Parts: sequence; C-alpha cells; structure tokens
Amino acid sequence: MATVQHAVHDTHGAFEPSLFGTYSKKVGMWLFLASDSLTFGALLFAYSYGRISNPAWPTPFGKESIANATIMTACLLSSSLTMVLAVMAANRGDKPWVRNWLLATMFFGAAFTVLHAQEWTRLIADKMTPSGNPWSAVPLFGGTFFTLTGMHMLHVTIGVIYLGVIALRKKFLPVLLVLWALGFFLTPADSVFHYGIHVLLVGAVISAIVLFLKPKDYDANDVEVSGLYWHFVDLVWMFIFPLVYLMSTKV
Amino acid sequence: MDRRAGGGETIMATSEVVHAHAGPQGFIRKYIFSLDHKVIGIQYFFLALTAVWVGMFLSLLMRIHLIWPQVNLPIVGHIQPETYLSLLTMHGTIMVFFVLTTAPQGGFGNYFLPIQIGAPDMAFPVLNMLSFWTTFVAFVVMLAAFFVTGGAPLHGWTGYPPLSAVQSTGPGEGLGADLWITSIAIFCAASLMGALNFITTTLDLRAKGMTLMRMPLTVWSWFITAILGLLAFGVLLSAGILLLMDRNLGTSFFVPVIVVNGQLMGHKGGSPLLWQHLFWFFGHPEVYIAILPGMGVTSQILSTFARKPIFGYRAMVYAMLGIGFLGFMVWGHHMFMSGMSPYSAFAFSLLTMAIGVPSAIKTFNWLGTLYKGRIRFYTPMLFAVGFVSLFVSGGLSGPFLAQPTLDIPLHDTYFVVGHFHLIMGVAAIFGIFAATYYWFPKMFGRMMNEGLGKAHFWLTFIGTYAIFMPMHYLGMAGHPRRYSQLTEVAYLHNLIPLQTFMTYAAFITIGAQFIFVINLFWSMLKGPKAADNPWDATTVEWTTATPPPHDNFGGQTPVIHNGPYEYGVPGAARDFVMQTDPAVGAAH
Repeated sequence: MATVQHAVHDTHGAFEPSLFGTYSKKVGMWLFLASDSLTFGALLFAYSYGRISNPAWPTPFGKESIANATIMTACLLSSSLTMVLAVMAANRGDKPWVRNWLLATMFFGAAFTVLHAQEWTRLIADKMTPSGNPWSAVPLFGGTFFTLTGMHMLHVTIGVIYLGVIALRKKFLPVLLVLWALGFFLTPADSVFHYGIHVLLVGAVISAIVLFLKPKDYDANDVEVSGLYWHFVDLVWMFIFPLVYLMSTKV
Repeated sequence: MDRRAGGGETIMATSEVVHAHAGPQGFIRKYIFSLDHKVIGIQYFFLALTAVWVGMFLSLLMRIHLIWPQVNLPIVGHIQPETYLSLLTMHGTIMVFFVLTTAPQGGFGNYFLPIQIGAPDMAFPVLNMLSFWTTFVAFVVMLAAFFVTGGAPLHGWTGYPPLSAVQSTGPGEGLGADLWITSIAIFCAASLMGALNFITTTLDLRAKGMTLMRMPLTVWSWFITAILGLLAFGVLLSAGILLLMDRNLGTSFFVPVIVVNGQLMGHKGGSPLLWQHLFWFFGHPEVYIAILPGMGVTSQILSTFARKPIFGYRAMVYAMLGIGFLGFMVWGHHMFMSGMSPYSAFAFSLLTMAIGVPSAIKTFNWLGTLYKGRIRFYTPMLFAVGFVSLFVSGGLSGPFLAQPTLDIPLHDTYFVVGHFHLIMGVAAIFGIFAATYYWFPKMFGRMMNEGLGKAHFWLTFIGTYAIFMPMHYLGMAGHPRRYSQLTEVAYLHNLIPLQTFMTYAAFITIGAQFIFVINLFWSMLKGPKAADNPWDATTVEWTTATPPPHDNFGGQTPVIHNGPYEYGVPGAARDFVMQTDPAVGAAH
C-alpha cells in the first residue's frame, strides 16, 4: 500500500507522467462513472423500449406530482452548487467551510430522498405496483418507474453516506445510526421504506470498516472525487426527470 | 535445459538488491486476504483451474449422454432431458465467466501487468483483493445452483427469456435460476472493480520510459480487455437486475403475454428481444474479453521464441483497439434469427465482417513474426502457434455466420457450437496454456517439464480439433444444437458414428489434461530451479528476481530504455536487448 501511495504521489520522477496529470483515485472514479453510466443507460434503454412498444402508456402525473418532482430537481441542482463550493473551499484549505458545504449538500440530497420516498408512498397508496397500475393496462409503467427511480434513489443515498464519511469521519457513524433508527420506527411496517432504510445500516457497517481500518484525514482530492460522484448522480436525474415525469404529465 | 535452469548469463543484477518492503507476515494476510497483486493473480489462477475442471466434467457428462442416452452413471444416475439442459447451462456459464474471463485477465493480467510496466503493485490493492473475493463468492453462489430444489437452470449461458424469466417454465427455473442470475450480478461487480484497477494502473503507474508504445502487447491486450469489461459488465448488471424483477416482482420487461404449461401468466407488454439486445451488448464484447489476452500472450511468445521483433507492433496495437471498438457494434449478429429488420441485419453483418480486417492483420503479423525466425520450439511456443492455428480455423467460419442468409439455416445447429468452441473456447484456452508454460518459472520459481508439456500439447491440439471440427459438418447436415436425445431421430442416424468419434476424442483430450495438472503440481514442488530469465526474453518481469519480491523490484523502480521486442538486434552483445538495458539506438 505504502509503495503504491508513493508511486501515486511520485516525487522522484520514477514514473511516466499520468494521464492529464490526474491522480489515481480520480481516474478510478471517472472509470466507475463510465461503467455506472452504462448501467443507467441500460435501464433507460429498457424504459424507452417498453414505452415505445406500448402505445397506451399512461400519463398520470398531475400538477402535484410535477411540482414535487420540480422541487426535488431544485434540491439536486442546489446540492451540485454546494458541492462545487465544498470543492472550492477544499482547494483553499478552508476546512470549516468544506464541512459546512458538504453538510449542505447532504441536506439537499437527503431532502431529495425524503421527498421522493413520499412520492413513492403516495403512488403505492394509489395501487401502483411493479406489475400494475390503476391508470392503464400497461404493467411496465410501474416496473420502469420503480426500477429507474429506485436505482437512482439508492445512488443518492450512497452519495449522502459517502459525503458524510468525508465531512464528519467517525462522528458520522452515530448520526447514521440515529437516522436509521428514526427511519425504521417512523415508517409503517408495511411500507417498502421500512425495509429500504436498512441501506443506512449496511452503509454504516461499511463506513465503519473503512473508517476504522484506514483512519485518515480526507484531503482536497477526496472531496473532489466525491464531488465527481455527486455531480454524476445529479446528472442522471436530469435524464430521469424529463423522461419519466415530464413525458408522463396528465394532459 | 541446463542453459535455462539454474543460472547462466541471463541473471540480471537486480536479483542482488532484493530488500526493502518485507511483505506482510502471517498466513492470512500473506496468502488469503493478500493485497499483493501476485498472490491475487495466483488465487485467480487456481479459481479458474478449479472452475475449468468442473466445466470439463459437465461437458463429459453431456458427451456421454449424447451417444449413450440410456446409460446409468454412478452418482449422477440417468441423465434426464432437463438435466442435460442444466449441464449445458452450467458448462457454458462456468467456462465463460469463471475460466475464460477469470484466468487470462484476473490471473495472468493481475500478476504480470504491474510487473511488465515496472509498477510495485496495482493502483488500488484493496480493491484488487475485494475483486478476487467477490469473484469467489460469485463462483460459490453459481455452484450452489446445483444443490437447490429443482437443480441448476435450463436457460443456457445466454439466459434467454421467457424460459429464464418465468419460474414455472422448468425444474431448474426456480431458486436455481435466481442463484444463477445473482451469481452473474456479483461477478459483474467484481469485474468492474478489476477493470477500473487495470486501466488506472496502466495509465498511472508506468515506470519512467515505459511510454504507451513501449508497452508489451500483453499489457495492451489486458488494458483493452479491461476497457471492454468496464463498459460491458455494467449493462449485464442492469439486465440481470431486470430479469430478477421479472422473476420475483412480477414486472414484464422481458415477457409478453404468455401461457406456460397451460396457465396464463400475469405478464404483459414486455419483449424477450430487449433481453437479447442487453445481453449481447455485453455478450459480444465478452467474446473479445476472452480472446484478447490470448492474442497478447501469443504475440509476446511468438516474438520471444522466434527471436525476432514482433512484426508490425503498432499495427498490432491498432488492430486490438479496432477489434475492441467494433466489438461493441456487432451484437445484433447474434439476433439474425429474431426477425430483425433486414436493414439492421445488413448493418450488423457488414460491421461484423469488418472485424475480419483487424483479425487478418493480427494473423499475418504473427506469420510475419515467424517468417525466417530462429524458432525455439519450447512448450509455450507450441501453444502459441496452436493459438494461431485455432484462431484461424475458428475465425474462418465467422464470415459465414456473419451473413444472415447463411446464419439463419446454420444458427441453431452444431455449426455454431463448433465455431464458438474453436475460437472462444479452445483458442482462448490455448492462450491460457501458453501463458502458464511461459510464466510458470517466474510465478513459482521452477521450470515445468518439457516432455510432459509437449505430450500435453499434441494430445490437446489434435484432440480438440477432433472434437470440434466435425461439429461444423454436423451443423451443415442439419444437426440441431441443445437437443438432449438424438439417437432415435431417423434423419440423424447416419451422423451417430461421428458423434461417437467426438465423444471418444473428448475422453482422450480430457485425459490429456491430467498430464497438465500433474506437470503443474509436480513442477511446483520438484521442478528444476528457474533462472531469472529462462527464455532470454526482453520484458521487464524477467529483470527481477524469481519469484519476484513483495514490491516486485526490491524497492527500486526500473527505468525503461527500449521497446518490448528487441530480438536479433544488430551490434548487441546478445541476440536480445532487454527493456531496461541502456539504449542501443533501438527502434521506438
């Protein structure tokens, strides 16, 4: 490990210059995002394929849904701005503001997730399921909606945990556990989120392993790399919002 | 043997400076959860070795069943038609994922990519370890499918819906199929971790002087394979998730209105073709993931043992890039039978045949490398030449199948089975064998036995041709594939002697693999000690000690002065110039 760290921060000129002068973690994140964009690409392709081959696709989203989704979009756009500010603060070496902006980013991300969870709950209460919906005889409507937005919600949640680890390190673990407990006890037992909230518990376990096995101060590079992930997740939503919501608006 | 084993003029000075960075102590950190890419490479190698015996055993059962359908085997019992389909599915899946993807890339790529570029380890050692153990979990989950109620799935390695998407379609399509999909999804995650590690290492950790155009062709092949894996497995992951949802949450991504065993299912509005698009968008690049490392190894070995620079180094690099790029644009040629528009079929057909161009460039460059070479026929060289032979034999039936008019009658016959086994199965396996014989001295510090190696080569070479060549003939005679019992079918009656011949050939070929395994383990323990550079090769892994120290170069980073294949250099003291030797005005 030490040897590779040495190589990455190559000061003795023992290695060829890296691509565009980047450091390995950044390259690694870009590559992950390339792969992840194909994972989302396949889901979007499946959605488009199903939608084109089912002409009676329902368009049930009324003003309320669209307003809600617009607020969610605004949350993510704001979070991208605060993320940029966090990276700028990190480059200045301004640690308090790195933390503040990261916390702001996490707040917007969490707000997005909560709003989205409420939206899901409403739709489920309206008898929309992965295999059917009350508005049409096209079962794929629910299937594509829950798959695409669920996968994205998972990415946002992972992103919030990721930023929390960078911003607060070990202090984040109790926060995460409290959020998990609150989520578990506040959701009704028949809600999908009653089980879905366990993502936070899994996240807490993985974060604890990372934080205790490799304790370290996260530097400006770590903030930048987490920012790449965050912006990517925001970007994916900018495809999902028009495709899933705006194109299915009640007319 | 004397010259190659135990010392001689080729030992490099670096073996004296082995110090620094003592590796981790303790059995678990050193051999089980090791962060050392060399240990991880060997772990992958043995995982693939285990998997290949499982896969081979399954194929043996199939071959026995095909000619003696009534035989009652010990333990396995009498093979039912659905058992035959399970064998077929698991043989294909285990071979493609856990052998052809795992051994050349995870095994040899892991071990030698960092050393060949002069790096002390992979860029992300922890990720590397996780990648192996995730693959291991995927393998265990895959094997578990044999032992659950209903047994292993029936849907073939391609997992076509609706067979794979509805639980009630067959005995193996219950929990067995869920485990199968879960295993594939876990494997996707493992491949992703591996791929981004390979790419980052190649981009960021090349020693001073190791410019891109000085990288050995093996490194290029692993690098390009990693790019293919990075992009292809992400799509398969999504497809797997959607398939799991169809099976367990009642969605209809891949299933239209359908009646199964007289019962109307609740699905509606989906399309099995969506799965075929997503699967083959992964599946075709997967073929190149299996074969590209074999191409790299073959280039490396042909040049080394012909004592000549590789013919057309840059052309080889661009050909591999071209194959990788085109590989993402031809998935439709697996779907000519699906009723696709002839216009799309024409486009896919044209692009597929375009792959013949870089493939031919590679083949002729290999022949050009051999031409007028001073060839040393050691076992790795035999397998490398065997690779070229199989690549040509298997590849030539490609342009037939690339044309819709020919593919439609041939697609569901043994012709296709013969085609993909020769090129993707046997040629890639020959690449793995060549790599094993070539790098074994560096990995285990001892030489493998030449006599056993040559016997293994000739039996395997002739045996595999004897198994798979007749399949083309069977296919042209209209023999369908995937059918479990054909001895009672009148129009195939005259083909039974050929099937019998293939089964006997399979017995002999599988028997020959015992020679390989005995040679492998015997040499590991008792083989003569290997010198640092037993093959008089030029690339960087041969400059360090055998086996290499924990950080590969004993606390130093090599400096690269030459291209990778400087053999027969005029004016040099020996007939080769190593990459680390001071420059002698060589090319590149």
